[in-house]
Amino acid sequence: MAEQPLPERQSPLEPEYHPGSHGNFEHGVDVILSETRPGSILQLAAWPGEEKRLIEIIRKVTGLALPDGAGGGVSSGGRAAFGFAPGKFTVVDEAEGLAQAFAGSITPAIGTLTDLSHGRTAIRIAGPKAEWVMAKFFAIDFALPAFPLGAGRSTNHHDIFAQIQRSGADQFDIYVFRSFARSFWKALCHASEEVGYEVQ
Amino acid sequence: MLITCPYCGPRDVIEFTYQGDGNRERPQPASQDLDAWNAYVYDRLNPAGDHSEIWQHSGGCRAHLRVVRNTITHEILSTEFARGGHKSADNRAEDRP
Ligand SMILES: [Zn+2]
Repeated sequence: MAEQPLPERQSPLEPEYHPGSHGNFEHGVDVILSETRPGSILQLAAWPGEEKRLIEIIRKVTGLALPDGAGGGVSSGGRAAFGFAPGKFTVVDEAEGLAQAFAGSITPAIGTLTDLSHGRTAIRIAGPKAEWVMAKFFAIDFALPAFPLGAGRSTNHHDIFAQIQRSGADQFDIYVFRSFARSFWKALCHASEEVGYEVQ
Repeated sequence: MLITCPYCGPRDVIEFTYQGDGNRERPQPASQDLDAWNAYVYDRLNPAGDHSEIWQHSGGCRAHLRVVRNTITHEILSTEFARGGHKSADNRAEDRP
């Protein structure tokens, strides 16, 4: 049977996604907002005691070496991975098909894989005021020593659950439920007005 | 009030859900010991002081935690994963692989 081509994925942000400079940008744009649209967003979970085996599988399949410890993460070459809960990891790839690449390697004895590529929306905030804007949303410490490069955090904003990875010194990737993404995006744009923002 | 999740670190109490008294002992499901069921459902220590409780970090990593909280001062004295060496509130810990 011939494989059916996948339908073009549409952005849930589209009606509210307005490229260009907005807000108080006369003195410069202090944050850049964008939707990164990764092709693959996976949730991997290990049974208790199988965490190290799962981390090794992630390394073999993606080439990403997860650091030990709660919330540890890494991003490189269009791929990213981070811990968001005990024994649980989010793994992201620019390209589609990452779930198939894991097929067969995560056996039922090790854990589970859930493909959330169509269930999450990835939003990036970057720039000198990224920490400032993020701190208005989430009651966690965004300073670099407390939230190191590559690390992940699970938290929420007004009951909208969010996973956040620091993908640069002044850059964060936020994963939110697709059904809440447009509302979150609008709030993020409003919160960025005071510092001047550009949508790319 | 801050609760320090063993995975996520200190977080505002708004991220957590109270799951009840951590001192209850749930009878085996087939038990017909009415006194034991009555105690499980109704008896609470209700101390003015340190109290063992089960909380879930529902707005974060979603882990279930055993928290010791002082009911007078709201000071959090300790937090740990509910799974593990300690009996969970529902007695099911020993059934896990
Ligand atoms: Zn937590």
